Amino acid sequence: MNKTNQQSLSLDALRAGDRAEYARLVENYYQFVYRLALKMLGNPQDAEDILQDTFIKVFRHLDTFDGRSNLSTWIYRIAVNEALMFLRKKQPELVSIDQPVETDEGEQDPVQIVDWCCLPENELMSSEAKAHLDQAMSSLPPGLRAVFILRDIQGLSTRETSEVLNISEMAVKTRLSRARLRLRELLTEYFGERLVERKSPS
Amino acid sequence: MSHEQCRYLLGSLSEYIDGTLEESLCHAIEQHLAGCDNCRVVIDTLRKTVSLYHDEAQRETASEEVHQRLLKRLNLDDFIS
Repeated sequence: MNKTNQQSLSLDALRAGDRAEYARLVENYYQFVYRLALKMLGNPQDAEDILQDTFIKVFRHLDTFDGRSNLSTWIYRIAVNEALMFLRKKQPELVSIDQPVETDEGEQDPVQIVDWCCLPENELMSSEAKAHLDQAMSSLPPGLRAVFILRDIQGLSTRETSEVLNISEMAVKTRLSRARLRLRELLTEYFGERLVERKSPS
Repeated sequence: MSHEQCRYLLGSLSEYIDGTLEESLCHAIEQHLAGCDNCRVVIDTLRKTVSLYHDEAQRETASEEVHQRLLKRLNLDDFIS
């Protein structure tokens, strides 16, 4: 995603403290980090705090970046960790970075079989619908939420996601599956009701 | 979703919509879908769920104010264009 941009950054210049290169690094990654934080935390003010803290940490620890992973992977990892730490402070009982990967046996069967795909776009993308999308997202355990955001919103590959989160590719797939099914379930409850409202004469 | 096979296939639907599922399982799903309306609905709404989240998030970007405050916090004010 950011490969072209990344090639144009000089790690030597960054390490030498070249401020123009710092500024270019920010330009390359700030939108990604902001959206990641916004989706993890669900609140623009918190997202901005995480955005700033992430880049402060990136610049402070550039000398420890060993170049074995992509610079982008390293930056995203810092951002995810900042977001998870923030959530842990807020809801300590819910957040663990090393959450055990739940197995398929624990999978909740979908119970809602309603085809709401046919709803018009303005209803699917209304501000009320957006609020429900956000609410459903915030109900996901942070470990599932991070995978869903990196893969389905930010468009990282399974491999990149596994590198950012330091979990296996299999764990990424399992968590993504669980996150998607759970969100589908929650959206079906909401859009299913919209469908009934449309069909019943008022 | 009480059907035995539906339950079995559920864990594979995510990889199915990504097109990364191994061929034999993919084939099994497609055969099953031919006769199971419920699973077709689950797949369609699963795809729609992913695309809604994706599309909705693309509209959310950091504002210019957020961008400028970030550069200031990093003492890079002189790069504010």
